[in-house]
Amino acid sequence: MTSSAIDREAAGLPADWRDILALTKPRVMSLVVFTGLCGLLAAPALPPLALGFTAILCIALGAGACGALNQWYEADIDAKMRRTAKRPLPAGRMDRQSALHFGVGLGTFSVILMGLATNWLAALLLLISILFYVIVYTVWLKPRTAQNIVIGGAAGAFPPLIGWVAATGNVALLPVLLFAIIFLWTPPHFWALSLFVRSDYAAAGIPMLPVVAGIENTRKQIFLYSLPMAAAAVAPWPLGLAGPIYGVAASVLSIAFVALSSAVLANRVTEPKQMAPEKRLFAFSVFYLFALFAALVADRWIPW
Amino acid sequence: MVNLEDEVVRRQRERAKILAWLLGAFVILLFFITIAKTGINW
Repeated sequence: MTSSAIDREAAGLPADWRDILALTKPRVMSLVVFTGLCGLLAAPALPPLALGFTAILCIALGAGACGALNQWYEADIDAKMRRTAKRPLPAGRMDRQSALHFGVGLGTFSVILMGLATNWLAALLLLISILFYVIVYTVWLKPRTAQNIVIGGAAGAFPPLIGWVAATGNVALLPVLLFAIIFLWTPPHFWALSLFVRSDYAAAGIPMLPVVAGIENTRKQIFLYSLPMAAAAVAPWPLGLAGPIYGVAASVLSIAFVALSSAVLANRVTEPKQMAPEKRLFAFSVFYLFALFAALVADRWIPW
Repeated sequence: MVNLEDEVVRRQRERAKILAWLLGAFVILLFFITIAKTGINW
């Protein structure tokens, strides 16, 4: 029997561990883990190493659960999009029931372990973020409204807040601002992507903004969202919550972000292959978040 | 040429091995969590 024949019969096979890992969306998880770790490291008091490690592990497992449940619910939609058609469920290498069990089990485990190892407020926030991502974003908003990314972005904004609360046991202004930064960063990040893969979203019937409101309107929205995002990113400095290392880094990065957004706004091309400003903004937006949070941690730990 | 039955056994073995490693790591993690929670300094 050839390997492709094995793929066709995969429904009867136990899933390969690589497919189980792919179900957790490891690349998305890396950004979630990084921002969660930065939230923890930016806190005024650090927990013991074992508890800090467990908190980050739980955030990673929670994100993995979200990825698995998202793929479980969207298996049919994923099959219609080139970008996602090779995932374990649409490709038939794994059955949906296994993905559901894995996602629910992983999510439950992460919340309980977080509560036992750190505190139950952090566990509650982790539970809310998982439920928000799966129920509010994936099931409710994503297939219904072009504002799916705007409201659903809150789910991805939780990790630094959870990291901070895991370390300190309470909520403060700085982690709320970190939440706001990711919340406002999400729409321009995803809309830049959705501009050059909009045919995929249209084929799958997902009402992403470029599909529903058009390319020009999406470009305008990207630019408009980049302004409050930049303001939120710089805000910890004048508010005295972060020092000059963070302030200078946030200012430079945010100016670059707004400049790239204005290049997207000025672009008139409608052919996805020629959307260079959109691709540049999408790539930079990932770097932006990594660099911004790294600067926050550097600012907290490098003596000034 | 890969026999389907062999493939099932191979995958089950691989998963069992990974699960065993993960369980072992979890036990060690629980040990360190307990030490940290009880406030013992090494």
